[in-house]
Amino acid sequence: MGWGSPLPPRSCPGANVALLPSLLDSDLVVVTGKGGVGKSTVAAAIGIVAARRGLRVVVAEVGGRADTARLLTGQGVDHLSITPREAMEEYLRDQLPSPLSELLGRSGTFGAFVEATPGMHELLTVGKVWELTSDPRRTPDEEPYDLVVLDAPASGHGLALLGAPQTFSEAARIGPIHRQASIISESLSDPERTAVVVVTLAEEMPVNETLELRDALLDRLGLDVSLVVVNGLGPDRFSDEEAAQLEALGEPADSPAGAALWAHRRARGQAEQLERLRAGLDAPPLELPLFFAAGPDAGELAALVEPAL
Amino acid sequence: MNGLDGKRVVVCAGAGGVGKTTIAAAVALGLAARGARVAVVTIDPAKRLANALGLRALENDPERVDAERLAGHGIEIAGELWAMTLDPKRTFDELIARLAPDERSRDDVLGNRIYEQLSGAVAGSQEYTAMAKLYELHRDGGFDVIVLDTPPSRNALDFLDAPDRLTGFLEGKALRAFLAPTGLAAKLVGRGTSVVLAALKRVTGVELLEDLSTFFGSLAGLLAGFRERAEGVKALLADPSTTFLIVASPEQEPVQEAIFFAEQLRVAGLPFGGLIVNRAHAPVRGEVPGGLPDDLVLRVRRAAAELDALADRDAAAIQYLSTELVIDDAVVVPHLPDDVHDVDGLVAIQRHLFRSD
Repeated sequence: MGWGSPLPPRSCPGANVALLPSLLDSDLVVVTGKGGVGKSTVAAAIGIVAARRGLRVVVAEVGGRADTARLLTGQGVDHLSITPREAMEEYLRDQLPSPLSELLGRSGTFGAFVEATPGMHELLTVGKVWELTSDPRRTPDEEPYDLVVLDAPASGHGLALLGAPQTFSEAARIGPIHRQASIISESLSDPERTAVVVVTLAEEMPVNETLELRDALLDRLGLDVSLVVVNGLGPDRFSDEEAAQLEALGEPADSPAGAALWAHRRARGQAEQLERLRAGLDAPPLELPLFFAAGPDAGELAALVEPAL
Repeated sequence: MNGLDGKRVVVCAGAGGVGKTTIAAAVALGLAARGARVAVVTIDPAKRLANALGLRALENDPERVDAERLAGHGIEIAGELWAMTLDPKRTFDELIARLAPDERSRDDVLGNRIYEQLSGAVAGSQEYTAMAKLYELHRDGGFDVIVLDTPPSRNALDFLDAPDRLTGFLEGKALRAFLAPTGLAAKLVGRGTSVVLAALKRVTGVELLEDLSTFFGSLAGLLAGFRERAEGVKALLADPSTTFLIVASPEQEPVQEAIFFAEQLRVAGLPFGGLIVNRAHAPVRGEVPGGLPDDLVLRVRRAAAELDALADRDAAAIQYLSTELVIDDAVVVPHLPDDVHDVDGLVAIQRHLFRSD
């Protein structure tokens, strides 16, 4: 699979990579993007690269999802699927002495509070993500991770998740929720601690969403996108003259010539969208090829992602 | 898509990124061509698709798609096609305004800090508002069929649960009972035994609880309306004149999501109307004709082999999906080289959808 455009300058083998800040230096890498763009695989690949560089790393998913668990088997990367319920119980245990936290948990009162308060699920979830890197850990006897890779929900939901601490630090003017939310919000908005990776495709909607998400992250959280990954780029094999030559054959759509024209049109469409994406971004995106037949395993993908990290 | 006869509501559901919006628009176009007065509610359509349909983002109600736009594309529209793009925040505000008994209660809610800060920020508000809009359009009865595109949720459950969670959110019943002046909390406080409330205050803060209490208080007058609406939405979704089309693309995640969603429909007793597999690659047949330069032939063969590999993968995915869903009539829409953004593209897709008619 040797096609694809040149990798970004940062990845040039001769460059002094050590001097450049790496995504993996942060505490948290949030991987988001439109649905169906291959977010989970990229999140797993980043986790694997971090583990290969000797970091203690966990890939976390939210809402009880476990899309990356299978990809991470045997790769030296921990996996965690966060549910709001567990996050809630843990928060209570941390905030109150045990008889009280049990009482509050058992009474269902805090549960009712969480259910009734819009955005509380998100706050507890992101609080748990934040906790994984904190030193000391909230959970007794647990070591902090060097890096958490969050396989975040698709753009809009992902933004709501990341924005929850800030929303609550404003909505709750004072008090423990305000305090917690402010601490988390501060660390999420700190570019030294939090990096955002947006995965996308070279198609109109994913490109729009990537650019909108970039603006929204900057606007609402003051966070810059550290890396954009463009997935599924098909090979561009034919010149326009050759395409015209094939077109002139008048072969049916399901013939080899028809297939070649299909691939040509797709490649040109992708090139156009990639150009639009590049024009809208400050840093060049990482380009990943389309895989025919079975997709790559996360280890193979890690090798492709590695130079950009 | 013969199962659509006599349906009043068609919900297109599936994972994000499978082309649900396009499929919803093509279904609506096909039904309009067959004589129905159809409204399609889209969520975040591609700009070019919106332009093709003449959709203006400013409107939060269906507008008729100009017959001019559809003329000359090889399709006759015997009925009417109406389309809109959902504005979640505005739909929510409108809902509050409609359910509020008077201006003061409306302003109390809309001006509440909690509402202001949280209504736009909450994940899933698109799901609620899509449901609210569907219910409203159906109740007003101006259309033969309403086709609903669903939000790009990662979890189909978000959507099915929306009516219940809407009332759950807004009622905050348990908490309200707790916080109301005559509620449990007051009694406990009165007796000085409010250990639980004290614990709650300790982890959340008094101010936040007070603000929430005010918020729920200001919602009190609207709750009956919300409850009624949620019941109405649930009844509408389960109605025999409603059907759910599951849209997938032949890739791993959308396939799993489709299976999961079909199961959720079954459990919830909601009507499943069919499976549409979008963006399937077609198998490649035949030989490269003679007379081309050798290196070009070589590259054509490689392109054909790659596309054929994708076609094999897709055929296996469709087979697997059909087995899991116990169906033999999946509608397969081919992967077009470009995204579909214009009327010609929609016409082409609706031909695949309605081809057996």
